[in-house]
Amino acid sequence: MSALLKIENVSKAYGGVVANRQVSLEVQSGDIAGLIGPNGSGKTTLFSSIVGAHPIDSGSIQFGGQEISKLDVPTIARRGLLRTFQQTRIYAEMNCVENMRISAPDARAPVLSLLSGFSRNVDVRAEELLDFVGLASKRFLRAGSLSFGQQKLLEFAMALMSEPKLLLLDEPTAGVNPTLINGLIDRLIKANKELGITLFVIEHNMRVIMNLAENITCLAHGEVLAQGTPQEVRDDPRVVEAYLGASA
Amino acid sequence: MLENLQLLFDYPTLGADLIANGLMIGAIFALAAFGMALVWGVLGIINIAQGEFVMLGGFVALTAAGLGVPPLATIPLAAIVLFMVGWGLYRLVIFRVVDRDLFVSLLATFGLSIILQQLSNEIFGADVRTLETGLGTLVLFDGQIVLAEIKLVSFVTALVVGLALWAFLKRARLGQAIRATSQNARAARILGIDTDRVYAATYALNAALCGAAGSLVVMAWTIHPYIGLPYTVRSFLVVIVAGLGNIAAVIAAGLGLGALENVAGFVLGAEYQIAFVFALMVIILVVRNFLLRRKREYLK
Amino acid sequence: MTDAQKYALVATGLLFSFVAPFLLPQFATQLTMLWLMVIFALTWDTLGGQMGYNSFGNILFFGIGAYGCAVIQRDLGLDYFAGLAVGLAFAAVLSAIVAIVLGAGMLGLRGHYFAIGTLGLGIAAGEIAGGWDYVGAGSGMVPPLYPVELAGRELFFYFLMFALALVTFLVLRALYATKFGLALNAIRDDEDKAEAMGLRTTQVKSLAWAVSAFFLGIGGGLAGNLLGFIDPRDVAFAGATFGVWMVLMAILGGKGTLWGPVIGAVVFHITQELFWTYLLGWQRVALGLLIVAIVVFFPNGILGTLRERFPEWFGEKVEERV
Ligand SMILES: Nc1ncnc2c1ncn2[C@@H]1O[C@H](COP(=O)(O)OP(=O)(O)O)[C@@H](O)[C@H]1O
Ligand SMILES: [Mg+2]
Repeated sequence: MSALLKIENVSKAYGGVVANRQVSLEVQSGDIAGLIGPNGSGKTTLFSSIVGAHPIDSGSIQFGGQEISKLDVPTIARRGLLRTFQQTRIYAEMNCVENMRISAPDARAPVLSLLSGFSRNVDVRAEELLDFVGLASKRFLRAGSLSFGQQKLLEFAMALMSEPKLLLLDEPTAGVNPTLINGLIDRLIKANKELGITLFVIEHNMRVIMNLAENITCLAHGEVLAQGTPQEVRDDPRVVEAYLGASA
Repeated sequence: MLENLQLLFDYPTLGADLIANGLMIGAIFALAAFGMALVWGVLGIINIAQGEFVMLGGFVALTAAGLGVPPLATIPLAAIVLFMVGWGLYRLVIFRVVDRDLFVSLLATFGLSIILQQLSNEIFGADVRTLETGLGTLVLFDGQIVLAEIKLVSFVTALVVGLALWAFLKRARLGQAIRATSQNARAARILGIDTDRVYAATYALNAALCGAAGSLVVMAWTIHPYIGLPYTVRSFLVVIVAGLGNIAAVIAAGLGLGALENVAGFVLGAEYQIAFVFALMVIILVVRNFLLRRKREYLK
Repeated sequence: MTDAQKYALVATGLLFSFVAPFLLPQFATQLTMLWLMVIFALTWDTLGGQMGYNSFGNILFFGIGAYGCAVIQRDLGLDYFAGLAVGLAFAAVLSAIVAIVLGAGMLGLRGHYFAIGTLGLGIAAGEIAGGWDYVGAGSGMVPPLYPVELAGRELFFYFLMFALALVTFLVLRALYATKFGLALNAIRDDEDKAEAMGLRTTQVKSLAWAVSAFFLGIGGGLAGNLLGFIDPRDVAFAGATFGVWMVLMAILGGKGTLWGPVIGAVVFHITQELFWTYLLGWQRVALGLLIVAIVVFFPNGILGTLRERFPEWFGEKVEERV
């Protein structure tokens, strides 16, 4: 196994607030990696730094062995590194099928090759994936009219549609109806095992991340507090304290 | 154009004269911009009818003077009348667009600006007008700088009015309610502030500011029904350069724009002065955006 | 409405468009202007409705087209029809190129910054044309006259403008049905998301503006010849009339739909021609009132409102799978 994503000593401050300090971690190809930490510990900030949404102050981010910390968002996305948003983002005025079509890899081509219709393969794939996340019957509805949980599923399906190598998921279960969470976990694992997409997941829910991830990094106050298997991290007294301290 | 530039180098005092005169009108730009920043910050609306308020202020002053009101006394009168106009427009239209898409408020105030412009054209006629105050001219430095006294009066008045409003925002109860609403309208509502009234007062205050500015414009320069849009654009320019919350920056940017515009008008020719203002706005928008983007996307 | 009914409606409309100038010869110029309005609304909506970039300055490309065509006609010394053909081609290409060059800076602006920035562009262009001797400065330009010995000037321009409107409509319809069309909608709904998904948003936006400018440029060239006089501020870069009407017509019919701008343009133009003569000097006041009324009370327009009432007409449906 090789490191698909390698982050070294990344720091990022918003004005005076240091959101990430000297963060280092690796995500191995084929893995499901987890990122946990109390609210405000800098998880979303780290994701934004990885995908190029803002410049980092120092450090290095390598994807597939290449430095990406100076590239912009679309370029990084086209290399196969994608993120979903904590505040779910879909194209609200378009229907589900259209959301899927525009997420296919061929939609990222230079503009002149966009001047053609949709290939049969794309439509078939879109149907399969909508079916996979359980939105098949909703496929001609406006995405904006879906419930929050359904929008999350759609966003996940769109991410799969674009065939990333590495997918960063920001709290995929937040706001999802608890009865649906187990189904969602199954789908994440399936996407990883069957589609071969490496996942890096921010998760607030400890039970979920323990069942999902093979490797976990815990952030607190922007710094790496602990790294290891779910057991190791869960049993680390500093992690316990960070979580208790934060919720107290 | 090049000859004019050459002229400026040959006679540097000519430049000083242009700049001095430009600074005078720059104070008016700052006043209107202050009002725009207020409305933008509190209601979240960019008021395209800003310049039409200035224009209306001018016509109010003209009309009042025609009825025998001494010219300088028309300044508060224009402010009061425009306050009422602003309040009325808020109650009729603006309150419906406060919480809506920015494009809606932009287009709605654009519609208002067309209405006011065309109404003025119908009522007052399309002629270029000015109001004689009977004040003289000031000759400084052996005639190197010639300045109409009314421009100086206008300059001082504009700054005094602006600073008075600023003090009002800091000290008075209504001023504090306005500031609280601009920081967080929901929280202000919870604290028992009637935000709808605050919005109305803010919009009306802005109109009053512009009205005062307009009465100064008609005395020190000229007005006609179609001068509104350039004033709106100047206000917008000053606000994007100076930001929403900083009165010193607004004054500096307003004065700077006035001086720059006057010099550019001389160098390029007066027929291109308006083109210069609009082009300058476009350039500043694009450059500013470019700098912001670079900060967002790349490492230093 | 069934598909058959829709086709019947469109066929009737087309038929009427062909015979209208013969049936109503006294209104030929107004009918020609109707097609210009359709072009205005359609091309505005490419950015404003489909892509969510509300331009207040698309009149810029109309003006560039009007002047570009007239300058070619004046300076190349060709006979009338050859000059007009070359002029129109030049107008189209020039406008599209200007759109791409300006787009590089302007299309990075979002929301109200774009709206006000484009407003500035349109007005600056009018002011520059009004001071520039090469294009007649404040007194404007008079394009060469249609050969007097030939009859049918009005029909000639009617059918040219009609053809342009038709081609614009068909090209846009085809474009909206491609991945490019979906990319426009994606940018409208959430540009940051589109970037995060790897779409080449900058290219998409530039092409959209260039297409819009291309057709507006031809429209400008034709309109200059039709009206016979190009005034910098009241015809070519007429922000307070044509420039606002574009926006208003698209909103009135329904932003972001294919037929909305067409419907909006027809309704607006007919209303204007029928009633506005009675308003004497007050048309422009009425226009302002109309803008306020429409954006405040009717922002979804005719088609948008229908869509809310009858979503199934627009293909929205829940499909249970078997
Ligand atoms: N755009 C921003 N501007 C300023 N501060 C921010 C911004 N985004 C996040 N922060 C601050 O950075 C810290 C980390 O935030 P975030 O990365 O969102 O944490 P998490 O996702 O772990 O909850 C917090 O203190 C937050 O207030
Ligand atoms: Mg977060």
